[in-house]
Amino acid sequence: MKKTVIDIHNVSKVYNPDTIPVHAVNNVHLHFEQGEFTALVGPSGSGKTTLLNIIGGLDAPTQGSVIINGTDITHLSANALIRFRLHHIGFVFQSYNLVPVLTARENVEFIMLLQGVSKAGRERRVRELMAAVGLSDKMDVRPAQLSGGQQQRVAVARALASKPQFILADEPTANLDSHSAANLLDMMAQLNRDEGMTFIFSTHDARVIERAGRVITLVDGSIASDTARVETGV
Amino acid sequence: MLTLLAWRNLWRNRSRSFITMASVWCAVVLAVALSSLQKGVFDHLIANVVSFYSGYVQVHHAGYQSEQTLENSFPLTDSVRQAVLSAPGVVHATPRLEAFALVSTGEKTRGCMVAGIEPDGEDRVTHLKSKLVAGAFLHERSTGVLLAEGLAKRLRVGPGDTVVLLGQGYYGSTAAGKYAVEGLLRFGSPALNDQVVFLALATAQHWLDAPDLVTTLVVSPRKPAETESVAAGLRRTLPADFETLSWQEMMPDIREHIQTDTASSAIIKAVLYLLIAFGIFATLLMMLAERQREFGMLVALGMKKIQLARVVLFETIFITITGCLVGIAVSIPLVWWLKEHPIRFSGETAEVYERFGFEAVFPAALSPSIFVNQAVAVFIVGVLLSFYPVIKVLSINPVEAMRS
Repeated sequence: MKKTVIDIHNVSKVYNPDTIPVHAVNNVHLHFEQGEFTALVGPSGSGKTTLLNIIGGLDAPTQGSVIINGTDITHLSANALIRFRLHHIGFVFQSYNLVPVLTARENVEFIMLLQGVSKAGRERRVRELMAAVGLSDKMDVRPAQLSGGQQQRVAVARALASKPQFILADEPTANLDSHSAANLLDMMAQLNRDEGMTFIFSTHDARVIERAGRVITLVDGSIASDTARVETGV
Repeated sequence: MLTLLAWRNLWRNRSRSFITMASVWCAVVLAVALSSLQKGVFDHLIANVVSFYSGYVQVHHAGYQSEQTLENSFPLTDSVRQAVLSAPGVVHATPRLEAFALVSTGEKTRGCMVAGIEPDGEDRVTHLKSKLVAGAFLHERSTGVLLAEGLAKRLRVGPGDTVVLLGQGYYGSTAAGKYAVEGLLRFGSPALNDQVVFLALATAQHWLDAPDLVTTLVVSPRKPAETESVAAGLRRTLPADFETLSWQEMMPDIREHIQTDTASSAIIKAVLYLLIAFGIFATLLMMLAERQREFGMLVALGMKKIQLARVVLFETIFITITGCLVGIAVSIPLVWWLKEHPIRFSGETAEVYERFGFEAVFPAALSPSIFVNQAVAVFIVGVLLSFYPVIKVLSINPVEAMRS
């Protein structure tokens, strides 16, 4: 039996509760097991990003709880949440993912530096991760000199650097051409398969949905469907 | 790596960083130049008026300052001289017998101030010998006079000529005497240059029929800055029938001029700092606006806000320190040049200054404290301003920041 990584109980998020309430997420119950490759899909405004932010501890739910490896993150203080994210959650954003003044190597190393990993440990892990994302030859290049796809690969390497329990990716292929998107997905699928890394995507991209092992559809903040596939691209 | 990040962030928009640093160093240069010129002018003024004639501290018989007549003179005994010399901070003391008189030659007569002096003692206290431009300096037994150059010009006399001094002696007697001009003195202060006559003390006492009497003991403190403490020490030491005055008390108009000028230049410097503050603040606002998403992303990834705030603080401090150091480096040769080549006014402007008794020369003072003080002031402005982005970073919401 696979280990449950994330448990979401009755989570709702209401913006402007005192004026014009906007129900972004409505009574969502979900759980994610280790090694899942899940796509959160739905039209714009359906609550995908809000749910992803709540799972990542970037936004607090109006009600309900989010339990990650036994820790209810909705009860953590702001500083404890930052520390929790640093050690347990990897993020890949749609754009503006990397620090522009740091090289690819330094961007990946940065997270481990915040974690207090030794210099030798950081250097070893950076080499491993840059090789894993196929960018060993771009270690000392700044983001501006990398293509969009290469930047997203560095972002994935950075997300993995902290050895998180799972990676949240918010529309990671939105700004990529087909070839770069396919390469990025191949790489993440391989990490999922080889290292059992859990991925949760919010996406509109059919290419991501096709490769997902589980597709959760949100409509108006509620789960409209939650489908596990037998054959996936993983 | 946080320091490295801050350093690299500085150069992500080179022109903006350079412009901000340039505004900081310009502020430092202007503030240093302003302060150096001001201090230079005050030092020059004090040197002209205070150290070349009045001295920093004077001891009189009580009441002399308000009524400067021979009736308020006092006998200079060894015990009085010793009491003054042994007071804390006193280096030298020299007596004078001063009186107002008329000096004439041929058809020309001018009002003047006559000072009987001990030539060597006077030179130790006011460096009078360095003012000699023609003829010879006095000695203890001289029976001639030294004339200020401006007065000599008006009387059209020079060394070797004879002048007549006419005044009121002790007990209301008429004091009259004929004296050879032994030398001419040039004073920076036009007021002194047009009216001072020096005689040996014994000659002056004989002329005024005031044997053993003096009106003033001019006292030199160890340092000009110790003027007030030396005056206070003498007040405690000397009997009540003496009065002790610092130059600020003797010449309140100069003190007030310095105070007024200091206050007005403080306002100018405040305006300068304010302009610089706006410049730095504009840079910080732009930086904050440009990097909102990046800040949000870094906090989302797990960077503590305090670490991020430290990066932003480092950046401001780097800009300010670099600007201050460049400002000091540029201002040192500038101030040195202004010291070596003082600004000199001529024509009507110079006449206005001279009418008030000031030489129209504006040298700069090369004092390390000025460089340090102005750089520190600009640095403090920079650090205070950096609290704004620090507060903004500490209150950042990563989701909203990334959405911005």
